[in-house]
Amino acid sequence: MIPAAFEYHRPSDIAGALSVLAEHGDEARVLAGGHSLIPMMKLRMADVPHLIDLQDIADLKGITIDGDTVTLGAMTTQHELIADEALFAACPIIREAALQIADPQVRYMGTIGGNVANGDPGNDMPGLMQCLDARFTLVGADGTRSVAARDFYESAYMTERDDEEILTQITFSATGAGYAYEKQKRKIGDYATAACAALITKDGDKVATAAIAMTNLSDIPVLSEAAAAALVGTSCDADAVKAAVAAALEDIDPTEDNRGPVAFKMHVAGIIISRAITRAWSGA
Amino acid sequence: MTKQMITMTVNGEKKEVLAEPRELLIYVLREKMGMTGPHVGCETSHCGACTVEIDGKSVKSCTMFAAQAQGAEITTIEGLGSPDSLHVLQESFKEHHGLQCGYCTPGMITRAHRLLQANPNPTEEEVRFGIAGNICRCTGYQNIVKSILSAAAELNAAKEAAQ
Repeated sequence: MIPAAFEYHRPSDIAGALSVLAEHGDEARVLAGGHSLIPMMKLRMADVPHLIDLQDIADLKGITIDGDTVTLGAMTTQHELIADEALFAACPIIREAALQIADPQVRYMGTIGGNVANGDPGNDMPGLMQCLDARFTLVGADGTRSVAARDFYESAYMTERDDEEILTQITFSATGAGYAYEKQKRKIGDYATAACAALITKDGDKVATAAIAMTNLSDIPVLSEAAAAALVGTSCDADAVKAAVAAALEDIDPTEDNRGPVAFKMHVAGIIISRAITRAWSGA
Repeated sequence: MTKQMITMTVNGEKKEVLAEPRELLIYVLREKMGMTGPHVGCETSHCGACTVEIDGKSVKSCTMFAAQAQGAEITTIEGLGSPDSLHVLQESFKEHHGLQCGYCTPGMITRAHRLLQANPNPTEEEVRFGIAGNICRCTGYQNIVKSILSAAAELNAAKEAAQ
């Protein structure tokens, strides 16, 4: 499989990348780890006359934890997220979810920025970022803006990011909440048939706060406020979990594909959501 | 598009090669540098037969443009051992019948090499999780896992003896 010809750019700073984007508009695309974009280029489903490799831009790399604020450079790889002990202490659900993405080789190359910016409904990090209420920093010719992960996704592969902007970093608060990222997949390396991120905090014996988000069960990640509301104030007993699952299932809209028909996906989603809530509560 | 001169260090040797930006690393290694150890299996980022090591990372070289490897240090199976002097992993695969048809072997061994650098004493489960990006069409995983565990034990024994 040979992709169509393109011109390769490798700027050393963000300004350099933005100037190529400004010059070539929608004929240019940025390349992070490449494990979503390059397969699409090989299949000639993505036409990219100007490819901008971001690997030399030092400002896009690294994990910073400042007090309660966690900042991830967009070019941080899944492998680096998994290996970072300080990040694990500040937000352990990241490692748990990243370990469920693809396989070791892909995690060495795949980046958090690419995962959240691509808009692929199968990607695991967007739902997790909604669960964490993360914010994405977008840099363009007109300056820098910050967009909540919860407002970022419009439809499959369509996001709030403009063609001429680069997603440079991801910011969220450290959390000691009970957590779980549950994912059902056909085999290691696969995208989710259904996946669910859950974060739950406790006040006494009751649920104080909850965030429940789902992956690959709609054309965008789905944060279910109704599911969270069904849990808050309860002791997360079987009835409360059942009510939360029912509420979450109301919010998703899976489609039939090679991972199964809609009824099957609803069934799997129900089990996965229930497991995620139960496990997150057990660690709250 | 015009070809570019790409410089990389492959198995310790500095190499220069002319390639179009769209040329994938696996083809540049195989067809322009004669490194036919890494194989083209699925060509869709799944099977791992094309795995090489780049700057300390296991990478599927069918999912990387050679231009991205400008300046990189690459190790292929050719850099691990030679027919006269097999690497411990190669010996171990031979000993434990970890090859079967042999097609996935270069990727398996290159991946296992990195795995043992990161985790010199893995459990069976860690080996299986660590080679999840490498598919064996003979489904000979039992012997592949055995080979890797045995190589790990041998490498650790040699390390201890040297101390």
